[in-house]
Amino acid sequence: MKTLGIIVVLLFGSLLIYCTLDFPPWGDPQAPASMHVSPRYIERTMQETSVPNIVTAVLADYRGYDTMFETVVIFTAGVACFFLLRIFGRIESESRMYRHIPTGITLRISKDAEPPRESREFERIDLAWVPYDVVVKTSCRIIVPFCQLFALYVIAHGHHSPGGGFQGGVILGASVILFAISNNMRLSFTRISEKMAVLLCGLGVLIYAVTGALGTLLGSNYLDYGALSRLFGVDPVTARSLGILFVEIGVGITVMAVIITLYYNLASAGRHDEGL
Amino acid sequence: MTELLPIVIAKLNYWAYIALMMIGLYAMIAKKNLVKKIIGMSILQTAVILFFISIGAKKDATIPIIVHGHEGGSHAARAAEYINPLPHVLMLTAIVVAVATLGVALALVIKIYQQYQTLEEDEILTRLQDE
Amino acid sequence: MIWQIELVVLLIVIICGIGAITVKDLLGAAILFGAYSFMMCLLWAIMGAVDVAFTEASVGAGVSTVLFVATVFRTSRRTKD
Repeated sequence: MKTLGIIVVLLFGSLLIYCTLDFPPWGDPQAPASMHVSPRYIERTMQETSVPNIVTAVLADYRGYDTMFETVVIFTAGVACFFLLRIFGRIESESRMYRHIPTGITLRISKDAEPPRESREFERIDLAWVPYDVVVKTSCRIIVPFCQLFALYVIAHGHHSPGGGFQGGVILGASVILFAISNNMRLSFTRISEKMAVLLCGLGVLIYAVTGALGTLLGSNYLDYGALSRLFGVDPVTARSLGILFVEIGVGITVMAVIITLYYNLASAGRHDEGL
Repeated sequence: MTELLPIVIAKLNYWAYIALMMIGLYAMIAKKNLVKKIIGMSILQTAVILFFISIGAKKDATIPIIVHGHEGGSHAARAAEYINPLPHVLMLTAIVVAVATLGVALALVIKIYQQYQTLEEDEILTRLQDE
Repeated sequence: MIWQIELVVLLIVIICGIGAITVKDLLGAAILFGAYSFMMCLLWAIMGAVDVAFTEASVGAGVSTVLFVATVFRTSRRTKD
């Protein structure tokens, strides 16, 4: 298998290297890839959408269909992971671990025994014993709000600087993952439950589709945000900029929810009781 | 030799990307561990993305964010001054889709492990024959 | 664009890629893959693809490493090759 693999890989590589001999030199401004449609994007974006970041404008406006179905692909992946791994119904584990907070003593309680009464003195901890770590918990608790604020900035300021719905959504999801790792998964379920995460997956795609459909309802093409000008009472160029913002918010919500769903399902192997 | 050197310098970047693609493809074919195969797939993916991004690169051009002032309106942007934004757009969505598909692949790996208690391809095959 | 820096980063990327598929510990492979992604992100920033670099820094170096570590935590760390 190894020799066969090396032969196939070498054939593949030599074929590709042979093909590069016809390529334009690296960084050539006259390369064919830069000659057809991209000059139009660069020259007209500012007049047509008033968005300085060309990547955002092309992503959400000129190639809106592409981005919409990419979002649907991400949504599908999240739902597929949910259906593959999720085990419904409670599976009682062999034993549970509790920590007595004032003394730091950990208790292992077997399946049949009665757990300690719900009080502020006992907290349930994961079976893979997690040490009582005040520093990690506190510093992560301080970092998480700033992470989320930065993510909102990235989504909202994607018109003028690098960023947009995809990046902001990933950072929002990562902040929830950070919270779930530094505390535990049961606590993060109280913040964003599984049902909420799956609903948000669909909500983002819905926001995107509705923004596109508004264009159709107002007598223009699907995903033509210029038609929103009548709804908001602004000129079509500003309306395009606003439409891009709505679409980016939808993308951000979907990406955040899918990242959280993937983490919840992978880290607990579908049982949703204990995480990393 | 003197004619060969400029060709080598001009194509060196492309050859490095092809080397990355070969590493990824080799891992997908020859490695027996499923997680290693997925890592190889991700390396192949990022190498292809790198190749696409390098197609759009231009010498003496700046990042694709148009310079605009508050006073007197923006001057017309010239295409030679900005890097080609089109590959960036296509590859940006590809990266996020890659992480979503990575999640599905890892979910399948966890399912396989729960069924066969191993991640090695040959051990899974022998267990399939035993049944 | 400074071609010397680009060449060095490209070299590190290839080394990290080879390391990620040869190391005999899946947790180590996951971490090396994170390093690979981060170096790739630097490479894109050098080429001027800032949006793509930003995405890769948050997705490749952040979230996919966490997903790999979660999978290794739920399965096994052992690998034969």
